[in-house]
Amino acid sequence: MQSLRIRRTLAVAAVACLATATACSSGTEEKAAGGKVKVTITGQPPQTQAFERQVFDKDVAEFEASHPDIDLEPHEGFMDPKTFSAKLAGGQLEDVYYVYFTDPAQIIARRQAADITEVAKTLPHINDIQPQLLDNFRDANGKLYGLPTANYSMGLLYSRPLFTKAGLDPDNPPKTWDEVRAAAKKIAALGNGTVGYADYSKNNQGGWHMTSWLYSLGGQIARKDGDSWKADFNNDKGKAALNYLRQMRWEDDSMGSKQLLEAQDVQRMMGAGQLGMYMAAPDNVPVLVKQFNGKYEDYGLAGLPGSQGTLLGGEGYMVNPKASPEKIKAGLTWIQWKFLNPDRFDPYVKTFADGKQPVGLPAPPTPDIWQGAVREQQEQVKLKYQNVPAANYKSYMDTATKIKGSIEPPNAQQIYAALDSVMQAVLTDKDANIDQLLASAESKVNSVLAQVK
Amino acid sequence: MSSPRSSSVLERPAVTPRAARPSANLRLRRKIKENLTAYGLLCAALACFAIFSWYPIVRGVLLSFQQVDFVNDPSWVGFGNFTKLFEDPLFGVAWRNTLLFTGLALVFGFFVPFLTAVLLNELRHAKAYFRLVVYLPVMLPPVVTALMWKWFYDPGSGLFNQGLDAVGLPTSQWLDSSTTAMLSLVFVSTWANMGSTTLIYLAALQTIPGELYEAAELDGAGMWKRLRHVTFPQTRFVLLVLLLLQVVATMQVFTEPYVMTGGGPDDSTVTVLLLLYRYAFVYNDFGSASAMSVLLFVALGVFSAMYVRLTKEAS
Repeated sequence: MQSLRIRRTLAVAAVACLATATACSSGTEEKAAGGKVKVTITGQPPQTQAFERQVFDKDVAEFEASHPDIDLEPHEGFMDPKTFSAKLAGGQLEDVYYVYFTDPAQIIARRQAADITEVAKTLPHINDIQPQLLDNFRDANGKLYGLPTANYSMGLLYSRPLFTKAGLDPDNPPKTWDEVRAAAKKIAALGNGTVGYADYSKNNQGGWHMTSWLYSLGGQIARKDGDSWKADFNNDKGKAALNYLRQMRWEDDSMGSKQLLEAQDVQRMMGAGQLGMYMAAPDNVPVLVKQFNGKYEDYGLAGLPGSQGTLLGGEGYMVNPKASPEKIKAGLTWIQWKFLNPDRFDPYVKTFADGKQPVGLPAPPTPDIWQGAVREQQEQVKLKYQNVPAANYKSYMDTATKIKGSIEPPNAQQIYAALDSVMQAVLTDKDANIDQLLASAESKVNSVLAQVK
Repeated sequence: MSSPRSSSVLERPAVTPRAARPSANLRLRRKIKENLTAYGLLCAALACFAIFSWYPIVRGVLLSFQQVDFVNDPSWVGFGNFTKLFEDPLFGVAWRNTLLFTGLALVFGFFVPFLTAVLLNELRHAKAYFRLVVYLPVMLPPVVTALMWKWFYDPGSGLFNQGLDAVGLPTSQWLDSSTTAMLSLVFVSTWANMGSTTLIYLAALQTIPGELYEAAELDGAGMWKRLRHVTFPQTRFVLLVLLLLQVVATMQVFTEPYVMTGGGPDDSTVTVLLLLYRYAFVYNDFGSASAMSVLLFVALGVFSAMYVRLTKEAS
C-alpha cells in the first residue's frame, strides 16, 4: 500500500517539487575571501575517469594561479536534462554550465542563459571559431548565449575485422547507402548472430539518426517558412531514407532481429564484434576501446554515406542568467583559457599523448571547432602527437571538410521523440506504410515546430 | 433560564448537576494533556504530509495554469497548457495505451493472483515455502525486474524465444512488435506485483469459516461450486477493494515502458506517465507536465473516492 501511495503522488510531486525549490532559491552573490570572484563551474570529470580528472584539476589550479582574482569551484558532471531545471529552480545551477548542441535553442527561448554578446567580443580568438558553431548559441536577434568547445559531425563507424572477414576492403568503406546495404548483407551472411548494420530507434536517438540520414541524402527535417518553421521530411528524401532502412531490415535481413536499440546497445554489439556498421560520431571510438576492451586499429570511420550532408553536434558552455557581470566575465575567461586557447594546444595535447590517451581522432582533446590559421595550428599539433591509426579515419576526415554540415533542428528533442516512432515502425513492422508514417510524423513535428519562437 | 422543555428535564433520571461536572474546557485540556505525545507525533506527521505531499499537489495544480522557466516569475496561461496537451497527437494515444494496459493488467493481475491464492489455500504441506516463492519477485527492485525481462524477451537470444524454438513453436517479437509489446509489459507487471496481491487474497480466504466449506461439501458441492457459492461471496469486498487499488496503481505504469520499450514500437507503449515524464524532463515544459498530472490525478481521484466509500461501508 505504501508503494501505491508513493506512486500515486509521484506524478504531481516530481513536477511540483521543482516549484517548491523555486521559493527556496536565494540567488545570493558569493564572493570568495580576499575579494576574489567565486565562480562555480561544471565539467569536472568523475573520480572514475582518473586521467581526465587529474588533467582537469591541474588546469583549475594553473588557471587560479595565473588569475589570482578568480576562485573556481568545480562541480563533477556534465549535462543532465533531468536535473537541469531542478537545479535552476533551486538556485543550484552552476555559474558556468555544460550543454549539448541539442539544448541551447530551448535554453535561450526559456531565458535560462545569460546574454554574453558583449563580453564574448573581448575574448581572444573568438573569430577563429567556425561561425556555424557559434550560431548554435545565438538567438534570432544574433545575441550570443554560449560558447562551443567541441564539435563532431556524424559518420559511419565500422568494424575492420568484420569487413575483412566478409571479404570487404576495410580501407575502402562504403560511400553510398547502396554500398552500405551491400556491405551489410555480406557481413550479416557471416552468421553467428552477426549484424551488418544497426540503428537506434529509442529514447529520441532514432529521431536523431533519422535526421542525420536525411542530411546525408541532402534533405532536412525542418525549413524556415517566413517567420515560422515547417516539417520538411515528408518527401522523396524521407522516403528514400526509410526505404533503405526497410530494405536492410526486411529484404536483406542484415539488421538482426533485435530492435528498439539505443546507443549503449549498439556500442555493446560493436564492442562484442557482432556488428559491422552504425552511424556514429568519432567520440564513439574511445568509448568502444575503453568500455569494451577494443583496439583502435579495429575500428574505422567513414564519412556519412550519400555525401550530401551531415549532422553537426557537439558541446559547449552557457552561463547562469542569475550570474553577476563579474561572474560572467570570470567564467568566460576560464572557458577561453581552458578550451579555446591555441597557446595551450601543444602542452595540452602532449599531456594526453604522455598519458597514453588517444590523440589524432577528430574528437577531444583536439576538437574540430576552429577555422583558418588556428585550425592549421591544431592539425600540426595533432600530427606531432598522433598515436591512433589516422588512416582508419581518413575517409571521415576527407569527407568532413567537403560536405555540408547542418545543426540540429529547433526543439530537437521533441522532434526526435516524434521521429522515433517512425524508425520503430519501419524496423518492427514488415508492412509499415512509409507514406502514412511520414504524413503522421509531419503533423506531429509541425505541432512541435509551431511552438518555436 | 427557562425553556418550554424545562419541565421534561425534571422527569429525566437524575444527572450530575452541571456545576459538579468538570467544565468542557477542563475536560478538553485534560484529554490533550493525556494524549500530548500522540498529538505531538500526529502534528509532526501532518507537517511532513503538508510539506512533502499536500503542498506539491497544490503547487502542481497551480503550475498547470502557468508557464515557468524557473528564472523569471511564472506567467498565468489559463487553460493553455491543457489545450496544448489536447492538441498533442500522442495525448490520446497515451491515454488509450494506459487504459489498455490497465484493462489487460486487471485481466491477468486480478485473476492470476486470486487463483494462486486459492491454490495456496488448498495446500496441506510446504505452505510457507510456496508463499515465499510467490512473494519473491516483489523483493526485486522494479528496474532490475524490467531489465531481466528485457533479456527474456530478446527476439534473438532471449530465454522465451529459445524455449519456444527448442520445442518447435513459433517465436515472437515480444517487445519489438506493436501488437505484442503492451501484452509483454503486462506480463512483467503481473509477475512483479502478484506476490503481494496473492498474500492479501490468501489472508481474505483464510478468514472464511471452515464450516461453510464443510456444509457445502456435505451438500455435494464440488470445487467450482465451493468457489462460486462460498469463496467469491465471502471475499467479494476484498476483491472489489483490490480491484480499485489495482486500477489506481496500473494507471500509473511507468517503469516497464520507460526501461523496456521507451514507449515504442510506434508509440504503442507510450503511457500517460511516460508522456508526462517526457514533457517534464525531456521537453522541460513543466506547465504541461503539471497539467497532465492534474488530469491523471482527477482520473485516479474517481477511483480513490470509490475506494474510500467502499472501505467506509465495510467499516
